[in-house]
Amino acid sequence: MTNDIAIEVRGFSQFFGQVRKLKALDLDVRRNEIFGIIGPARSGKSTFLCALNRLNDLVRGSCHEGTIRIEGRDIYEPGVDVVALRRQLGMVFATPVPLPRSIFENVAFGARRAGIRGRARLDSLVRDSLEKGGLWEEVKDRLDTSGLKLSGGQQQRLCLARILAVAPEFILLDEPTSGLDPISTMKIEESLRRLKKEYTIVLVTNNTKQAARVADRTAFFLNGELVEVGPTAKIFTAPDDTRTDDYLRGRFG
Amino acid sequence: MRINPRAEQAFVRAVLWTLTAITVLILVYIIVFVLRKGIPALSWDFLTKNPVDMGKGGGIFSTIVATIVLTAGAILIAAPLGVGTAIYLTEYTWEGPVTRIIRFGAECLAGIPSIIFGLFGFILFVTKLRFGWSILSGSLTLAFMILPTIIRTSEEAIKSVPPVYRTVSFSLGGTKWQTVTRVVVPSALPGIVTGVILSVGRSIGETAAVIFTAGSALRLPTSIFSSSRTMSVHFYILAREGISMPNAYGTAAVLIIAILAINLLTYYLMNRFIKKYS
Repeated sequence: MTNDIAIEVRGFSQFFGQVRKLKALDLDVRRNEIFGIIGPARSGKSTFLCALNRLNDLVRGSCHEGTIRIEGRDIYEPGVDVVALRRQLGMVFATPVPLPRSIFENVAFGARRAGIRGRARLDSLVRDSLEKGGLWEEVKDRLDTSGLKLSGGQQQRLCLARILAVAPEFILLDEPTSGLDPISTMKIEESLRRLKKEYTIVLVTNNTKQAARVADRTAFFLNGELVEVGPTAKIFTAPDDTRTDDYLRGRFG
Repeated sequence: MRINPRAEQAFVRAVLWTLTAITVLILVYIIVFVLRKGIPALSWDFLTKNPVDMGKGGGIFSTIVATIVLTAGAILIAAPLGVGTAIYLTEYTWEGPVTRIIRFGAECLAGIPSIIFGLFGFILFVTKLRFGWSILSGSLTLAFMILPTIIRTSEEAIKSVPPVYRTVSFSLGGTKWQTVTRVVVPSALPGIVTGVILSVGRSIGETAAVIFTAGSALRLPTSIFSSSRTMSVHFYILAREGISMPNAYGTAAVLIIAILAINLLTYYLMNRFIKKYS
């Protein structure tokens, strides 16, 4: 097996002002896996995702220590094209946030910003992305209605389709089903299983069962620290750290 | 003594209803008063003929043109400046002493009486920069006068755009500029336009700042360096110098109808815009 590590995190800490939100993380994400991250609220899971696509840069007073390499390249090196980096790592947020425009324009948004022009090209791109996101059949007749008119589950799949249209290599999901009903959740999870053939997926979830269902490997975060990481089956059945066990048994968090 | 909650509710409701009714009545009274006095003077000729004999006869065509040009000029200058400032303050800089000073400055500007703006415009544009009494001097002066309103309303509108829209745009590979122009400004547009419309209304109705800077020449303006008389200045001179009260009220009626029409049109357009995007 040649180098199959897609994201390599070494001694990475994230600060917001004086607050150290992530504490010297060391972990690897492998290519084409679903990497689950579980942990109680405010344990740094979302901060970690936003460190990967440098959305943390937008927060006043943010700084970091350590390195994150994506496909071998240090993403915090000076001279890194942050816009290109964010295209490489598509992100789905906890609450679905369609932009206040049509379904079509929501999906085409990132592509247009990247300079893709031409009706035919955009048409096929939007269709492909909606199909991959598992939403095409439900919206194909009303692409010009507002994205805000869709149901919560549909909106979240729209958000997924929207990032696929930018042709990322990674998909970051921040509790993508936290506000959704079980059926919508199931549809998203189905999409993820299909998508991992083409993409590397990092899935933050506060629903441990979701990690158990879809993640290949799982990391447990607590107070900004990585408690342990390993194959999902092992984390859930024979964790090394008692804190992981306690969390999974619902003793805290 | 405790008041029975139901009686209290009824009492408060009655008081608030009365206050609202008084406000509406005063407004309606003013409009009806001006229209009743002014409408008899209105005719096609009144709108399309230039004034003759200092305004005693003829129409008000040249003053309508002057009002439109002056206001358009003011908006063309103030809107980009104001919206640009608001974008800078909200999107391109962190909250700090500098933004507070800029905002404080804008607020002070808003509190200055318009006649002071007129005086300032007279000294700077009319005499110092030698623009003379002209549409240019008048537009520049009006622009400074309405700038604070545009900055303030645009800033509020931009701040009310959900922050996640920006995050989403960035996460999809939007640049800062694309995020501002494609996401933030379109979402804030209804608020921004409202501010601009308020400013249009203020510019149309402004007299003191204009009379010192654009002058009061009655002929049709031919360039931005022509002195010209707006409708409100015309009204002021007609009434003040007792030239013709019927024509003064006719002018006032046109002014009021114009402002009402602009407001209605804007609300209509905004509603359509909002329906389309949400």
